[in-house]
Amino acid sequence: MDGNVEDFTETRPKQAHTMSEMIKVDCRNIDVFYGDKQAIYDISLAIQDRAVTSFIGPSGCGKSTFLRCINRMNDTIETAKVSGQIYMDGADINDHSIDPVLLRSRVGMVFQKPNPFPKSIYDNIAYGPRIHGLASGKQELDEVVESALRKAGLWDEVKDRLQAPGTSLSGGQQQRLCIARAIAVSPEVILMDEPCSALDPIATARIEELIDELRERYCIVIVTHSMQQAARVSQRTAFFHLGKLIEYGDTEQIFTNPVDSKTQDYITGRYG
Amino acid sequence: MNSPAPSPSEKGSFGSAAAMKRLKQRHRAEMRFKLYGQLAIGIAIVALVTLLISIFGQASSAFSRNVLTFDVRLDAEQVDPSGERDPEAIARNVSGFNLLLQDNLAEDFLPGETDRARLRELYGMFTRLAVLPIARKTAENPEIIGTGQEFRVALADDIDLYLKGGVSERKSLKLGEIQDVTGTLDDGIDVTFADMKAVEDLRSALETFRERSEGDNQPAALIQLGETWFRLQDIDGRTASLTYLAGASTMPAAGTNASTLVLEQSEENRTVSDRQIAWTMLLKEDGRVKSVFNTSLFSHSDSTYPELAGTAAAVVGSLWTMLVTALLAIPVGIFAAVYLEEFATKNRMTDLIEVNINNLAAVPSIVFGLLGAAVFINFLGLPRSVPLVGGLVLGLLVLPTVIIASRAALKAVPPSIRDAALGVGASQTQAVFHHVVPLAAPGILTGSIIGMARALGETAPLLLIGMVAFVAEVPDGPTDESTVLPVLIYKWSTGAERAWEPQTAAAIIVLLVFLVLMNLIAIILRRRFERRW
Amino acid sequence: MDYQCGRMLETFGHLPVAWLLFAVLAVAGFVSFFAGRTQAVTVGHGQTERLNSQPNYHGYFVAMATIGPAAVILVLYALFGDSIVRAQLASELPQRIRDLGSLELGQYIDRISEQAARRDAASTGNALFDAATSRYTDLLGLSRIIAVLAALAAAGLGFFFARRQLSVHFRARSRVEDGIKFMLFLCAGIAVLTTIGIVASLFFEAMRFFSRVSVFSFIFGTEWNAQTGADFGAIPLFFGTFMIAFLAMLVAAPIGLLSAIYLSEYASPRFRGVVKPILELLAGIPTVVYGFFALQFVAPIVRAGANWVNGLPFVPDGLLAAQPTSALAAGIVMGIMIIPFVSSLSDDVINAVPQTLRDGAYAIGATKSETVKQVVMPAALPGVIAALLLAVSRAIGETMIVVMAAGQRAQITPDPTADLTTITVQIVALLTGDTEFDSAKTLSAFALGFVLFIVTLIFNLIALRVVQRYREKYE
Repeated sequence: MDGNVEDFTETRPKQAHTMSEMIKVDCRNIDVFYGDKQAIYDISLAIQDRAVTSFIGPSGCGKSTFLRCINRMNDTIETAKVSGQIYMDGADINDHSIDPVLLRSRVGMVFQKPNPFPKSIYDNIAYGPRIHGLASGKQELDEVVESALRKAGLWDEVKDRLQAPGTSLSGGQQQRLCIARAIAVSPEVILMDEPCSALDPIATARIEELIDELRERYCIVIVTHSMQQAARVSQRTAFFHLGKLIEYGDTEQIFTNPVDSKTQDYITGRYG
Repeated sequence: MNSPAPSPSEKGSFGSAAAMKRLKQRHRAEMRFKLYGQLAIGIAIVALVTLLISIFGQASSAFSRNVLTFDVRLDAEQVDPSGERDPEAIARNVSGFNLLLQDNLAEDFLPGETDRARLRELYGMFTRLAVLPIARKTAENPEIIGTGQEFRVALADDIDLYLKGGVSERKSLKLGEIQDVTGTLDDGIDVTFADMKAVEDLRSALETFRERSEGDNQPAALIQLGETWFRLQDIDGRTASLTYLAGASTMPAAGTNASTLVLEQSEENRTVSDRQIAWTMLLKEDGRVKSVFNTSLFSHSDSTYPELAGTAAAVVGSLWTMLVTALLAIPVGIFAAVYLEEFATKNRMTDLIEVNINNLAAVPSIVFGLLGAAVFINFLGLPRSVPLVGGLVLGLLVLPTVIIASRAALKAVPPSIRDAALGVGASQTQAVFHHVVPLAAPGILTGSIIGMARALGETAPLLLIGMVAFVAEVPDGPTDESTVLPVLIYKWSTGAERAWEPQTAAAIIVLLVFLVLMNLIAIILRRRFERRW
Repeated sequence: MDYQCGRMLETFGHLPVAWLLFAVLAVAGFVSFFAGRTQAVTVGHGQTERLNSQPNYHGYFVAMATIGPAAVILVLYALFGDSIVRAQLASELPQRIRDLGSLELGQYIDRISEQAARRDAASTGNALFDAATSRYTDLLGLSRIIAVLAALAAAGLGFFFARRQLSVHFRARSRVEDGIKFMLFLCAGIAVLTTIGIVASLFFEAMRFFSRVSVFSFIFGTEWNAQTGADFGAIPLFFGTFMIAFLAMLVAAPIGLLSAIYLSEYASPRFRGVVKPILELLAGIPTVVYGFFALQFVAPIVRAGANWVNGLPFVPDGLLAAQPTSALAAGIVMGIMIIPFVSSLSDDVINAVPQTLRDGAYAIGATKSETVKQVVMPAALPGVIAALLLAVSRAIGETMIVVMAAGQRAQITPDPTADLTTITVQIVALLTGDTEFDSAKTLSAFALGFVLFIVTLIFNLIALRVVQRYREKYE
């Protein structure tokens, strides 16, 4: 009954550090419809492990929609219909045998606006491990909470008031709390949907630092409006436009030497 | 950028055995939780359906009524003893008409009978007041006096109920031919049945009823031989001793076909006597007792006899009350909503009004009845039991509902409309009354109708201002004594006779029909004029 | 002369004055409107663009000034005229009749006014009664003449002063709009007046009651025999009220809440679209219908069930009272009635919980039920509690179901199959039929009403405040 952390993590295939096996998530021919309206047109894209991949593009280009495919958050929208395959470590996440609940414990997500639960800081973090049974006993849970908060760089700020409500924190702290909450269930992939759009520059810098640290352990996908941010934090960048993937490559190459003229126009600020 | 095709074996990476086990439990919890929700909705719907079925089931018997047909000459002596052909005197001559019909019935069933008790039993087939419609008809057409006429009279409620399957459980059996008859009608006869099996059936039917009943109840059996009805006294083997009840007073001949009616309740335990049942059966065979659609339910006013009572006066009373309610609640409610939504500046005063209105909407309705009793009746001295006071009380009761609905409708009109009107130089009042209110009108109207529907079904406050009075006349105006439909339902439900139950259910259906109509209008209005901004 | 004057008064006493006055006022309104309009055109020398306001507004202004004061006087007359006439007549009646007591005296005057309403009424043979009737008709006629003259004078004055104000620069439109706003404000004020009326009438009548029966013995007494005017201890009524409300909530709270959760979190839009109106139907059924259902259908089942329990071998004989009307029957049916209140209010608050919170839970792999139980419900809790409070308040104040199906016996027993009585049942029992406003029996109904009003008010205020806070939090 107690699926403890070791059991769960040990089953993960050990990654060999060769280029082809560094692919964590492989998306093929993804189409997304909201009712009759098509939001994503046939996008194929492979995301590397232990790296930050950023999705950029003008508003309404489908980058958030595409991001939500990766942990099947689109399932929660009645009218959304996703087709195509997304392989994570070789298994199709849209397969009937894959439980979205389990999937989301492996693919964490951080949202645009910080959305802590109306509970204490401690319970916000502990909630995930509790429902997934990642800790047996109070002590172990305390450890999970502490390590998650440490990884999110929030521990020193909140260690004395773990029982304070999560909503009592500042916006930047709330967002790091949400990141810690995502980390606490030991995900392999962390999706971030414009995580800094509601934050001030200082808090943003703090989150960007954090993302850089997390890159060591996780596969991170970040949707951002800010090209500077994409350039700062990511190793690879995908440019979306009107629901299509225009260009995908190393961040440096995209920003210095884009192949497509639309990408060129966007990064030089002609529209967006 | 494509990676090589993944191998299926890697699928196992989603979850360890322990995690999968745990996940299974979590999914079971999920299913359980979902089931609770479905169960809750199921219970609510079952409750609604049970309520409707039980009421419609009860009411169905009240929509038909058994009437007794008379073919009778309107004897001037009895109908108009004064001979003046004064319509009012004729209409009021209930006892004359009553006697006429009673005599007519006695001639057929108890010729020459002098025993008062026996005659009263026969006359109990219909109630005195049942002749009122005939008296009125004769008063309107005095030329029919002295001629033969066919009239229909409502059967007494208990006999009506008996014919609809109430009063007592029963079973009809065929007994086959009789072989032998001895004795006389006056002292009782002994009959021998040819068919042993039929006699056994009769015995077992009696036995079943006896086992089922509590106390010292003895089931009864009535036996019909040709045109004559007998009561079963005793049965021994194939021979039964019978006493005469009703019908042709001739000794039945051997070879007559016999049938029986076995009743669970003994005569003392039911409201209809053996003889009355026999008469009813004979009349039915004659075609004189028929089941017809119960129009009196809609055309009559209240009565102390269920078979004569109808909803007409209460429906009209409800209409007068609703008129007063609408005149108070709708304009005042709309104006108040316009003020609060469009003109009121945010301050302590308007906050107070707002809180007050929200609270008023949740005040128990009976408190409004107390208000009506104390203020309208005791303080202002308005008369009791009149639609004017009832309407005022209900008007105040639904006022908050109308205000809240109207405010919601006004709020739904986008500010851009107001800006546009103000932009071309309209004053605020003009912007509101020329643009905002017309656009909000469908919503306001819908809310008003729903408020009125609520008022129509309201009972408790009206009890306190005396609208429970017995009203036999259709009210002529808002200051006439009257009652309303829901109060009538309440009054009927407290009636002692069993016959009030279907009658009450039928009145409920009349009320529900009005409510459904009002809500349908509201829904159609909403569908037809709803605007999405 | 004196005779003629008497005839005139009598004629007026018989006239249907109300309709006449409506007609006169309507005509006065039209006339003054056109008078004002014409005058405005004249003042502006036919060039309406010179006027500050459109001529129509001048017309409206004059009409408003003419009808307004007259209407106020007539409304006052409609409210108080009859009482004044009756009081005057009562004071002129012989001492013998004045000593009758307020109820009999009131009925006597009722008979007089009925007799007076018949124009062709023949003499009743009772000289005093006939004289009183004729005096009543005269007084009524006199009061009407005074009211009409006062109204006409007010209309004339208003007309005169309004016309004097008209000029090119007169801002008729803004004056008319001020008038409209004032009228709108009055309408909003009626709601406040209603509350004041409720509080005042309940309070004063309750105080009259407490001058005869002590507050303490009312609130803490355990014997209630109001019909005989003997005991006024309301504890059994409070007990019955809360017992039945509790039973009702036992039905309504889980069913209402779970349906709301299912409908807002699980159901497809189509299912929701069909089922929600069906649930709301339950709220649209008049309570008297529920009462009938409780009495005819549920109460016999409850009784049979109680008898069955009593018949079980290990149950002591007569454990349950198994009455033909019972707290349980009333409670169950009331619970059914309240389901939609709980479910639609909870539905609102659950829907107000922001989607981002749900997303947060889903994103770390919570199932739907886990999200609902641990994220949505805690967030919606204040709103849900408010919904339950409003439902309790509704249950406490509900009347017809308990009147028909709960019983009349004031007793304290934990047995739900016994018949209990409630505050509302007793109010109805005490005030139905002819009532005299001076007896302790009648006044006790107002004391009960006062308690009922205060208790429900507290519940409502708390609930509304919580809901408001809740809305502010998420909007």
